[in-house]
Amino acid sequence: MEFFRIKKDIPFMSYGRLTTTISLVTFILAVFFLGTRGLNYGVDFTGGTVMEVSYPHAADIESIRKAVDSVDLKDATVQNFGTSQDVLIRLPIKKELSIAQLSEEVTTALKSADSQVEIRRVESVGSQVGDELFENGALALLIVLVGIAGYLAMRFEWRFAISAIIANMHDVVIILGFFAFFQWEFSLTVLAAILAVLGYSVNESVVVFDRVRENFRKMRKADTVEVIDNAITRTLSRTVITHTLTLTMVGSMLFFGGEVLHYFSLALTIGILFGIYSSVLVACPVALLLGVSRANLIGDAGNKKNESGEEEIIV
Amino acid sequence: MNRYPSWKYILIAASVIIGLLYTIPNLFGESPAVQISPARASLKADQALLGKVEAALELAGIPFDGIYLDDSGVKVRFSNPEQQLKAKDRLIENLGQDYTIALNLLSQTPDWLLAIGAKPMYLGLDLRGGVHFLLQVDMQAALTKSVESTVGDFRTALRTDKINYTGVSRENLEVEVSFENEAEREKARRLLATTYPDLTYTTSGSGTDLKLKAVPSEQAKKQIEEFALKQNLLTLHNRINELGVAEPIVQQQGFDRIVVQLPGVQDTAKAKEILGRTAALEVRMVTAHGTRSDARDFDPKKTEDALKGIIPAGSELLYSRIGEPLLVSKSVVFSGENLVSASPKPSQQGSGAEIAVSLDSKGAGSMKLTTREGINRRMAVILVEKGKKEVLTAPTIQAELSSQFVITGMANLQEANDLALLMRAGALAAPMEIIEERTVGPSMGEENIKSGVNSTLWGFAAIAVMMMLYYMLFGVVSVTALAINLLLLVALLSMLQATLTLPGLAAIALALGMAIDANVLINERIREELRDGNTPQASIRIGYEKAFGTIMDSNITTLIAGAALFMFGTGPIKGFAVVHVLGILTSMFSAVTISRGIVNLIYGYRRKIDKLSIGQIYKAD
Repeated sequence: MEFFRIKKDIPFMSYGRLTTTISLVTFILAVFFLGTRGLNYGVDFTGGTVMEVSYPHAADIESIRKAVDSVDLKDATVQNFGTSQDVLIRLPIKKELSIAQLSEEVTTALKSADSQVEIRRVESVGSQVGDELFENGALALLIVLVGIAGYLAMRFEWRFAISAIIANMHDVVIILGFFAFFQWEFSLTVLAAILAVLGYSVNESVVVFDRVRENFRKMRKADTVEVIDNAITRTLSRTVITHTLTLTMVGSMLFFGGEVLHYFSLALTIGILFGIYSSVLVACPVALLLGVSRANLIGDAGNKKNESGEEEIIV
Repeated sequence: MNRYPSWKYILIAASVIIGLLYTIPNLFGESPAVQISPARASLKADQALLGKVEAALELAGIPFDGIYLDDSGVKVRFSNPEQQLKAKDRLIENLGQDYTIALNLLSQTPDWLLAIGAKPMYLGLDLRGGVHFLLQVDMQAALTKSVESTVGDFRTALRTDKINYTGVSRENLEVEVSFENEAEREKARRLLATTYPDLTYTTSGSGTDLKLKAVPSEQAKKQIEEFALKQNLLTLHNRINELGVAEPIVQQQGFDRIVVQLPGVQDTAKAKEILGRTAALEVRMVTAHGTRSDARDFDPKKTEDALKGIIPAGSELLYSRIGEPLLVSKSVVFSGENLVSASPKPSQQGSGAEIAVSLDSKGAGSMKLTTREGINRRMAVILVEKGKKEVLTAPTIQAELSSQFVITGMANLQEANDLALLMRAGALAAPMEIIEERTVGPSMGEENIKSGVNSTLWGFAAIAVMMMLYYMLFGVVSVTALAINLLLLVALLSMLQATLTLPGLAAIALALGMAIDANVLINERIREELRDGNTPQASIRIGYEKAFGTIMDSNITTLIAGAALFMFGTGPIKGFAVVHVLGILTSMFSAVTISRGIVNLIYGYRRKIDKLSIGQIYKAD
C-alpha cells in the first residue's frame, strides 16, 4: 500500500496567504471566545466541590436538588451525566463550612433522601489550593515554551525557534478557544493534555525543519521556497500516517477512557489535528517571513558534516 | 553492514527478559489479607508475633494460605474475604491493644519473583479507591501557643529569682514584662536572656513604667514551626494507625502542609472526624455531680442550680457523652501533652474493658498530688474540640495514683478502644484544616482501571493492524518494537514502584501513540531511500541513520514538556509526567535499537535481497 503518490512537490508556500488567513481567523475567533465566554474552570482551579453519585435506578434529579438545597446551597448544580443513573453535583465554596464538612453534610442529606445512593467520587479543593494550582499551571506552560524555544534556537536557528513557538501558541490558543466556545470543563488533566500537545506538536515542526536543513545542503540550486515545499512534500506521508496512528490511540481513549479521561483526550484530539496543520502551514510560512535562508544554516550545516563525514559520500 | 555485534543482541535479549520478569507481577491477581503491625514504637514485629498470630488463627480454626513477616509487620493471606474478616475480628480480640490490625490486599506474585524485587505497580487512589486529604497546619496558632507558654515560664523564673515586676502580658507574638525601676529590669533582662536565649529582647518606656519586650527570633520561629509540623505528622500517624488502614501515606508537603492518603477507606466521615479533630485533652476534678451517691461531691442540688445558671466561681458546667451534667473545676490536673500512652485492654474483673494510662513525670507529679487528697472524688477526662468541651468519662479515684493507672468501667473492648484513641489523639501541636479532599469509591476505581487498560489495548490493536497492513514485514517489526516498548515501560514503572494513576495509564497509551512516530519516520525513510534507487541493505542502513537525528530532536522537545509537567504538577499530574518521560526514553530505545536489531536479524545475514517487505513503493516517472 502507498497512499501518497506525489509526482511533483506541492507548492505549499504559494498558499501562504490563504493558510495564514485561515490561521488568523481561527486564532482571532479563539481569542474572541476566550474573551467573551471565558474558560469554564473546574474545581481544581476555582475551588469548590464536585460529587459524582450513582443510583441503582434512574436518579430523581428533583429530589437530589432538594436534598442538596437543604444544606442551604443555592448555587449548587445537579445534573445527569453519562447514564440516567449517574449524577454530577457541583458545590461552590461556602465560607462558614470547611470543604470537609460541606461534602459530609451533602452526603448525609443525599443518604437520608435515598439510602441507595452510592458516592463514587468526591473532589473538594479549597480556594488557596486552587489559586496555587492555577499559578503552577501557568508557570509550567511558560517554562515549556521557553525550554522548547531555547532548544530549537540551539539546535537549529532562532528563526525556526520563533516560528515553532508561534505555531505552538496558535495550537494552544485554539484548544483553549474550543474549551471556551463549548464551555467544556477546564481541569488539571486538560492542562496536562495541553502541555503534552505542546511537546508533541513541536515534534512535528522539528521533523519538517530537519528536512529543510537537509534540503538546503542537498538542493544547492533551489531557492528557499522550493526547499521548504520539497521538505513538506517529502515528509507529508510520514506526517499523515503518524498522526492518524496517534489519533487512533487518542480516539481509543476518548471512547474507552470514561468520563475522567474525556476532556483530556478531547484536548489531545484537537491539539493533534491543529498541530499537523500549524507545524506545516503556520511554522513554515512564519519561518519564511522571518527570512530563513541557506546562509542562516551554513555554519550549522558545516558542523553536521564534520560530525558524520560519511553523509557526504552517501548523498 | 546490517549486523549488530553480538553484545547488542545480548543487550536486547537481556532487556526483554528483565522487562518480562518485572512486568509479570502485574498480571497476578490480589488476594485478601490481614496485616498486623505494632501500634507502638516500643513493640517489634518479630518471629514471636508471627507465632502468636499463627496460634490465634489455628485456635479459632480459621484457615489461611500463607503467613510471613516483613518490615511493616506480619501479613496473613486468605483465600476469601469472609475468612479475612473473621480473622481480623479474632486478631483484634487477641492482639488489638498492642497491634494495629488492618485489612489489605496482597499480590499473588510468587515468592521467587518477590525475591528479586519484582513487585506489581502501586496503584494510585483513583484506581484502587480511597481518600486523599491535604491538610494545612495553622502555624500562627503554633507560634501563639508556644509564646503563651513563655508567659508562664517568665513568671516562674522571675518569681524564683525574686525579681520585682508589675506584670507579664502577651500581644500576638510579643511578651511584655513591666517593671518599676531600671535595676530590676536589668536584672530580669540578664536572667531571661540567659535562660531563654531563643528570644530577642528590647526595652522601652520611662520613669516607673518600664517595659521589657521579648519576641521569638526568626530561627526560634522556624524551630517552633518545624516542631509543630513534626508533632502533627506523628499524631496523624498514630491516629491513622487506629483506623486500620493497610498502606497509609502521611507526608509533609511544603513547609506547612501534610498529605494523607488512605487507600481502600470508604468511611470518609470517620476518617475526616479523626483527622480534622483539633482536639486537646484535659483532665480536671469534678466539683459536683448528681448521679453517683457513693462518690464524694455528690450534690444533686448544686448540679440542678448549675443547670439553672448558678455556677460557682472556678467551676464550669460540662456534659458527659451520655448527657450527664457535671460541675468541673477550671484548673487542669494534666493535659494531653503529659499523656504518654492510653491503651485498651480486657477488664481484669471478668466482663468489660479498661484503659491503661501512662503519664510523663510532670503529669505523674501533678496526678500524685491531686489523687492523694482526692480519693473517692471523681475526675473528668475532657476532650476540647474547636472550643467545645466534652467529658469523655468521669471515673472515681480509687487510690493515690502516679504515672501508671487504669480507667475502668468500659462496657466492651470496642468502647475502651474508642476512648483510648480519643485520649491519645489529644496531642496536636497546632490545629489543622482540610484544604483538599479527593475520594474515589471502590467501583469507580475498578472502572478506571478497566477504562485505562481498555483504551490502551484497543488503541494498540488498531495501531498494530494499520502498521502491518501498510508496512508489511516492517510493520510487524515496528509493532514488535512497540510491544517491547510497552513491556519495558511497565517493567520500569514496576521497578521504580511508581504510583500508577489514571492519568498515568493515559500516559502509557499516549506514549505508545507517540512512539509509533519514530517507527513511521524510519519506515518512511527506508521507503524513500528505496525510491531513490538505493539497494535494500543500504536503504535500511541509511533509513535508520537519517531517522535517528530527527527522532532525537523531536523526543527532546517532548522531554522538555514532560519535565515541566513533573516540576509543577501535583498528584495525578505528576504521575502522568513520570510515565510520559519514561515512555519517551523507552520508546527511543525500542524504536532505534530493538527494531533495528530485529531488522538486522531478518535481513542482515542474507547475501542477496531483491526486495524489502515494506509495502508498495510508488515511483514517480
